[in-house]
Amino acid sequence: MTTIVKKTTQLMAGLVFLYGIYIIIHGHLTPGGGFAGGVIAAGSFILIILAYGSDFIRLTRKEHGSTMYENLAILIVAFLALSGLFTGACVFFLNWLPRGTTGELASAGMLPLYNIFVGIEVASSIVTIFLALVIFKEEMSE
Amino acid sequence: METALSIIITLMILGAIYALHARDLLSAVIACGIVGYGLVICFLLLKAPDLAIVQIVVETITLIIMVAVVLDSSRQEPFVKPDLQGYIAIVSGLLLIILLFHFFRISTSALDDFGRTTLRMSEAYIKGAADRTGSANLVTGVVFDFRGYDTLGEATVLVTAVIGVLTILRIRGKK
Repeated sequence: MTTIVKKTTQLMAGLVFLYGIYIIIHGHLTPGGGFAGGVIAAGSFILIILAYGSDFIRLTRKEHGSTMYENLAILIVAFLALSGLFTGACVFFLNWLPRGTTGELASAGMLPLYNIFVGIEVASSIVTIFLALVIFKEEMSE
Repeated sequence: METALSIIITLMILGAIYALHARDLLSAVIACGIVGYGLVICFLLLKAPDLAIVQIVVETITLIIMVAVVLDSSRQEPFVKPDLQGYIAIVSGLLLIILLFHFFRISTSALDDFGRTTLRMSEAYIKGAADRTGSANLVTGVVFDFRGYDTLGEATVLVTAVIGVLTILRIRGKK
């Protein structure tokens, strides 16, 4: 890509990533949540890969990292849901942490944790799919 | 609001029809984008910002991937002359449209006015959610607390999709 695209990407990608994290963390207060924020955060990586090519930050031939994050995140979501079974009431997906005051950042018990890990899972899934397509194209042309 | 919705939905239908008939596949993909972004405006008009955020981001990323695919393969759609099977498909499609329109007309006359219906289940959600989950955003409360199983299944579907993509696309791993 040209210099203009590369420079604009350098300026914008970090902001897009931060906005994704903002949407994930404030998921229980404002519109958005794990799914939307995860896709926005993945969008910043896709922007970088489109502007600089897949050899940027040595992404070539290695989607192992993002697949590992994705599988770990969904495992942690399952364990968080299971943790409700061990706390007295024995309910799957029980919200057993203290609720706090409604409207503050640290409130709503388990919901921010679910949001964060589902966000990690969605972001790494979409980056993995995009990387797999890019790597497939390079391996086809060889 | 119903007029605005009707105008946007008409635009979406026109975009979908154009996408079917465009000779250039790149303009067909962009015409598909009209459908997605029109849906975003519909969600915003119907006061569903959560859905609108998800829809606009997913639509953008899908459009990027589709444009990349079209630019790598051919841009021209091959023209196929319709034979007997094609005519049968067209006639049966038209019959299906007429039948569906008939039954939709019957069923919509039995419904309440647009936007007036509130189900018993959603009444219970709206009244109790803020106290029972402690979440200021009602949608997150419903998605992760009342309907946790749905969300777990949704996330698992995404993981399965990624595993499928990796299984199909890894040439080096197949050797």
